[in-house]
Amino acid sequence: MASSHGTPPVFNNKVIAWIDHRLPVFSYLEKEYHTFPTPRNFNYFWNFGAIATVMLVLMIATGVVLATNYTPHVLMAFDSVERIDRDVPQGWLIRDLHMNGASFFFIAVYIHIFRGMYYGSYKAPRELLWILGVIIFLLMMATAFMGYVLPWGQMSFWGATVITNLFSAIPVVGESITTWLWGGFAIDNPTLNRFYALHYLLPFIIVAVVALHVIALHVHGSNNPLGIDPKGPQDTVPFHPYYTMKDGFGVVVFLIIYAGFTFFAPDYMGHPDNYIPANPLVTPEHIVPEWYFLPFYAILRAIPDKLGGVLAMFGAIAVLFVLPWLDTSRVRSATFRPIYKWFMLVLVVDVVVLGFCGANPPAGFWIPLSQLATVYYFFHFLILLPILGKIERPLPLPPSIADAVLKKKAA
Amino acid sequence: MVATGALGAVGVAAVAWPFINNLNPAADTLALSSIDVNVQPIAVGQAITVKWRGKPVFIRHRTPEDIKAAEAVPMSELPDPQTDNARVTDTAKKVRPEWLIMIGICTHLGCVPLGNKPGQDKGPYDGWYCPCHGSAYDTSGRIRKGPAPKNLEIPDYLFTSDSLVRIG
Repeated sequence: MASSHGTPPVFNNKVIAWIDHRLPVFSYLEKEYHTFPTPRNFNYFWNFGAIATVMLVLMIATGVVLATNYTPHVLMAFDSVERIDRDVPQGWLIRDLHMNGASFFFIAVYIHIFRGMYYGSYKAPRELLWILGVIIFLLMMATAFMGYVLPWGQMSFWGATVITNLFSAIPVVGESITTWLWGGFAIDNPTLNRFYALHYLLPFIIVAVVALHVIALHVHGSNNPLGIDPKGPQDTVPFHPYYTMKDGFGVVVFLIIYAGFTFFAPDYMGHPDNYIPANPLVTPEHIVPEWYFLPFYAILRAIPDKLGGVLAMFGAIAVLFVLPWLDTSRVRSATFRPIYKWFMLVLVVDVVVLGFCGANPPAGFWIPLSQLATVYYFFHFLILLPILGKIERPLPLPPSIADAVLKKKAA
Repeated sequence: MVATGALGAVGVAAVAWPFINNLNPAADTLALSSIDVNVQPIAVGQAITVKWRGKPVFIRHRTPEDIKAAEAVPMSELPDPQTDNARVTDTAKKVRPEWLIMIGICTHLGCVPLGNKPGQDKGPYDGWYCPCHGSAYDTSGRIRKGPAPKNLEIPDYLFTSDSLVRIG
């Protein structure tokens, strides 16, 4: 058996052996998800990649089922969603799962991103892994934005109007691009229809990029809370059963909280105005996106110039792409970076403040507050990180993971 | 070598173009790009809102006081200087100051300003007022105060008779 992948595992089951010899799915699973050496010191922050994957599958499953009853036409979209809620058997459940699933997908991904930033998971040799993650994040935002338009409520229509209008800020070609995007002179049926087509397509692109993301991860293996590389088998455990079980447990806890919202407060994270059918001639009093977009919305509105605001908003995500090169520290984990650790927490507070700014009308003290918070956000990435890596004195790193774990046990 | 590459690029563009142009407005959308409005029923001081190209269009039958107030504003007070006269001229260069026809979308971030329906807040300049971020427009629809950068847009319109106007 000439195979370029090392010694093939021996399967006792004849059927499995027959399949594996022709399409090595079972040896792949065996290698990547059973024996795969994983650092033994993961904390619960490491659960969120698996949780995010579960949410992605859930969103696709609920989405396809909703698609069997949804009509993407301006005259029928709102009513088709109401019909799902009221008449379709368990339609209310599938719809609420999909609606809250989006929020919880973002919760999982934001915690996952925080883990990456705090523990230096974006540093060499995982730069591309990180970039693939930012691409997934961008695709998620596009998908969620278009998905929110589909129920064709007031907030669907007007949120889409505000955001697509931003493209007209591009000099020279802005107006033509906006007309092309809309398929008309305003948000109308052509726009709804194409948003539906793209909203259906993008999740499968996300699946493909997630696959690349996991493949990239498995080249060098996972990072860990200490940020130091495993030096041998004493530093790792096989992925199964340790992390299959730990991830399984974490997923269940996450799903319990998710179920709590889905069943007992399904509209808590949404906006009541979206239960009013879209009216192009009446603007709602306050136009706000869903909570997961609020910090970016605040950055957009913080800059008084239209094009400036657009550039700042996209810039806020662009800095994430180059994060591996902005951070000059040779130490990965914030555990050993006493100054960076606190700045990381300040960044979290800053993003939360930006979220509140985005939720409130840009009046009074919210204006200078959002401007301050925006400046701080960019200061963190563009000024603080490059400088801090050079001047900070990190704490001494333990000699190995096993060493740190055993010392902790002895203490 | 270069010629092959150039021809290949032309080929790719030729294949891509139908897919991209496909997303531009379709014939039925373009057909609605002009509408005819009968303005005769609109009394002096009254305003209506019509839908044109998916957007609201304000048509106000201005009172002599509105017109006088609009003409009296000095250009230096306007963030986007424009004479009232220029804003009430149709595409045949005929000036009808009593008819103000504007796209009812705030030039800031796209909300529909108040002031066109009876009872709505007309704002501090007695024209229109956008509740989203506080932009205030005067009786000529020009921006006076607030974050909006430009006056309310005047679409191309033509009075085909004294009571019928074609917008777009």
